Amino acid sequence: MTDQRHHFRQPLQRSPFHPRIEAANVLNAWAPWAGYTTALNFGDVAMEHSAIRSTASVYDVSPMIKYAIEGPDAVAYLDRLTLRRVAGMPVGGVQYTAWCNDAGHVLDDGTLFRFDETRFRLCCQERHLPWLLDSAIGFDVTIRDVTEEVAGLSLQGPTSFAVLKAAGAAELADLKPFRMAEVRLGPVGPVTVSRTGFTADLGYELWVAPERALDLWDHLMISGRLHGIRPVGTEALNIARIEAGFITANADFVCAEHALRPDRARQPDEIGLDWMVDLDKGPFNGRAAIRAARRDRTLKWALVGLDIEGNISAEGSIVYLGGRKEVGQITAAVWSPTTKRNIALAQLLRPWHRDAGDKLRVEIYALRELQYHKLMLPARVVKRPFFNPPRRRATPPAMF
Amino acid sequence: MPTPSFDTIIIGAGLNGLACAGRLAQGGAKVLVLEAADQPGGGALTAEFAPGYRVDRLAHLVTHLDGRMLSALKPEAHGLNWAVKSMPTTVLSAEGRHLTLTGAYGASAPGLDPREARRWADLRARLLRHAEVLRPLREITPPLPGKGGAKGNVVALGKAGLALRRLGREEMQEFLRMILINVHDVTEESLTDDRLRGLLAFDATLGAFLGPRSPNSLFLLWHRLSGDAGHIRWPSGGMGALAAAVTRAVEATGAEIRCKARVERLLTDGDRITGVRLEGGEEITVSRVISTINPRTTLLDLLGAREIDTGLVRRVSNIRMRGTTAKLHLALREAPEFLGADLRHRLVIAPSSEAVELAFNAVKYGEFSAEPVMEIMSPSAHEAGFAPEGHHVLSIVAQYVPFVRRGGWDAGARDGLKAAIMARLEAHAPGIGALVTASELLATPDIADRHGLVGGSWHQGDLAVEQMLFMRPAIGIARYATPVPGLWLAGAGSHPGGGISGAAGWNAANEILGAA
Repeated sequence: MTDQRHHFRQPLQRSPFHPRIEAANVLNAWAPWAGYTTALNFGDVAMEHSAIRSTASVYDVSPMIKYAIEGPDAVAYLDRLTLRRVAGMPVGGVQYTAWCNDAGHVLDDGTLFRFDETRFRLCCQERHLPWLLDSAIGFDVTIRDVTEEVAGLSLQGPTSFAVLKAAGAAELADLKPFRMAEVRLGPVGPVTVSRTGFTADLGYELWVAPERALDLWDHLMISGRLHGIRPVGTEALNIARIEAGFITANADFVCAEHALRPDRARQPDEIGLDWMVDLDKGPFNGRAAIRAARRDRTLKWALVGLDIEGNISAEGSIVYLGGRKEVGQITAAVWSPTTKRNIALAQLLRPWHRDAGDKLRVEIYALRELQYHKLMLPARVVKRPFFNPPRRRATPPAMF
Repeated sequence: MPTPSFDTIIIGAGLNGLACAGRLAQGGAKVLVLEAADQPGGGALTAEFAPGYRVDRLAHLVTHLDGRMLSALKPEAHGLNWAVKSMPTTVLSAEGRHLTLTGAYGASAPGLDPREARRWADLRARLLRHAEVLRPLREITPPLPGKGGAKGNVVALGKAGLALRRLGREEMQEFLRMILINVHDVTEESLTDDRLRGLLAFDATLGAFLGPRSPNSLFLLWHRLSGDAGHIRWPSGGMGALAAAVTRAVEATGAEIRCKARVERLLTDGDRITGVRLEGGEEITVSRVISTINPRTTLLDLLGAREIDTGLVRRVSNIRMRGTTAKLHLALREAPEFLGADLRHRLVIAPSSEAVELAFNAVKYGEFSAEPVMEIMSPSAHEAGFAPEGHHVLSIVAQYVPFVRRGGWDAGARDGLKAAIMARLEAHAPGIGALVTASELLATPDIADRHGLVGGSWHQGDLAVEQMLFMRPAIGIARYATPVPGLWLAGAGSHPGGGISGAAGWNAANEILGAA
């Protein structure tokens, strides 16, 4: 083993897929994510986004933080920890969920995988081991950070099933959204496949032991050659996730444990996760605070999708009511190539998420050859997701 | 299943449980107090430790008894008599140069040389003035910083503010200068007599995980003085008689007290309190439960961590409970001779502030002090009934003794601790060892095991500035209410802390009556 004292010589870890990603990352567009070095793009963001929406894409999700949660009390523990009901979750099921602190402020969101009666895995953006361990007091459950023990590759796009079929996993035709299965992929061996993703498209996430990662990559690339498969970076994925209307921790909301300013933490209702909250399942972290906030109507914010006039991305803009009154800010924005609309996610002060009508204006500073053009563009609150194709849910998936 | 003829259950019939019961019953509640032991009293307990020899088993002096409780419940009308209303303190010297303080915390100290006596008079007056500022705070629900106070508390807060203003500009500055410093520095800058400095150091750190040089240790002396202004009382018949009188007074209000009824589980409907289950399985339905036992035991063991949010579990788990106090009870065939000291006084062996600090050093490293400091009280010197005619008993509070000892608490360790205490006694009362006919040692973990005092902490959580007021027992549950509707805390673990007092129970009852 290398000398741990030399950790600073390589401040960012390398994903198990790194040798392949490094070879393909022709512009050396790297960015840190959760302590790993990850690719921003592979040379052409437009083509990469196009692969997500038109053919097939692979995106390395190994840096996702993963916790193994196991034990006789795992269900009870997770029901106390998270917002949604876990007791009714089927074995082989996957749940998008979130968890809160005592004040009902969201600590993070993530996906919960159920392997059997007593074994789960929680994947998320930030590290939470102390919180998870302290939450385990009084429960017969063990919690382990398995981030480095599991490599993950997200295969997304209309031809993703065709790729998997070519790779030897035709039986995945029956796999429904938010379910997972174990398959054997030729030279790779056993792979856990979940029908999940961050794109609102047909797609899968493939989980393997790190030492099988390169075999998986190579096998998918070979199997997908005729199905337009290509690696994509975070920039292309971000466009797709905004089109999908998905939120990202510490981008669209500040994780409560990261928030320095007391007014930055958000309750689930304030970031569009109100549908998750199951107040009837028994005690869970934040229940009393969420209940009180709803009862006393102290919720301040709402997270909405905006459709903005024009084609200039509104990233970071302030949202106004009429011309003057500030009522919120854009947290993510893009001109959507798929929907051909100028879309954004925004935090708006209540009740303007509902009552603003056509009065919302977005202040955009468009930089045109070293000069800013200030624009006040009308915007409308619209339903998320902005893009939600039927192929996302079709079972069996279509062969494109 | 007994019919639910009660609307309130109080867990624990210590002074806080009794005070809370009496106040609530007077306020119209139908109260049932459940006590695990075979008699009420909690830390106020007189028991036989050898045939014919009785002592106060835990607390053996009264410095803090809540005045509101005394005037409202009138235990004096139910048999409470004070054998001593202001017990003098004698700091023992191995050379027989004892120093005796009489009156309210040494109003008179004839053994001091005249210049030191003046310096002591100045410091004493200052300490009492400062303690007076804190006194109104004892009687209120801790205010939340930034949220204003509850209606009733504005008055008490105002009183504290007024007391602070009344100190005058210079004295207020002095108060603020001294508020967080240590008792050693204060006595060093004000006094020269080691006996006096040793006493102040001892009193400030008694029952705490602090040495006289630890930051904030002066605050605990203020805390002590804010009770009965420095008077030390002892009830006729011992602490058990005090408990019995208060019990009768509480029963006269209509509250019922059931002993040998250990609560094993708090019951909820997943939302609010619905009752309690006793050891043995009996369940009692009730919508309001007030626990005066340890807050951690209450929330994590009786209720269960699952019922409360993780942040609170974390804070409750982190309440520091580090008892440092052991008790030694001695049966003596005749009166011990402390080189001329009066056995009816509170006798203190703490030769200097440095000696107290050195004694504290050991406990930091998981050992008991080789030369412990101690407080000695002899009930038999005051009254018959504690020892056979001509015989005597001593009740000794000794520290510092760790709860978790490096190497564990085996019989050898207990023998070593007893030998260390006896060696100090022998040095101050030569020949005392030969008079001992029986003894009982309660090391810190024994006190924890036998009386449910987690970590051996007499106060259900260290008394320390960072665990006081709105931080006692923990942020979020300092106003006696818990996040579980119907469950309240009212023990020594809550503001204003322990000691034979009842203040926390009384405050909680006020809060409950106000909230109802």
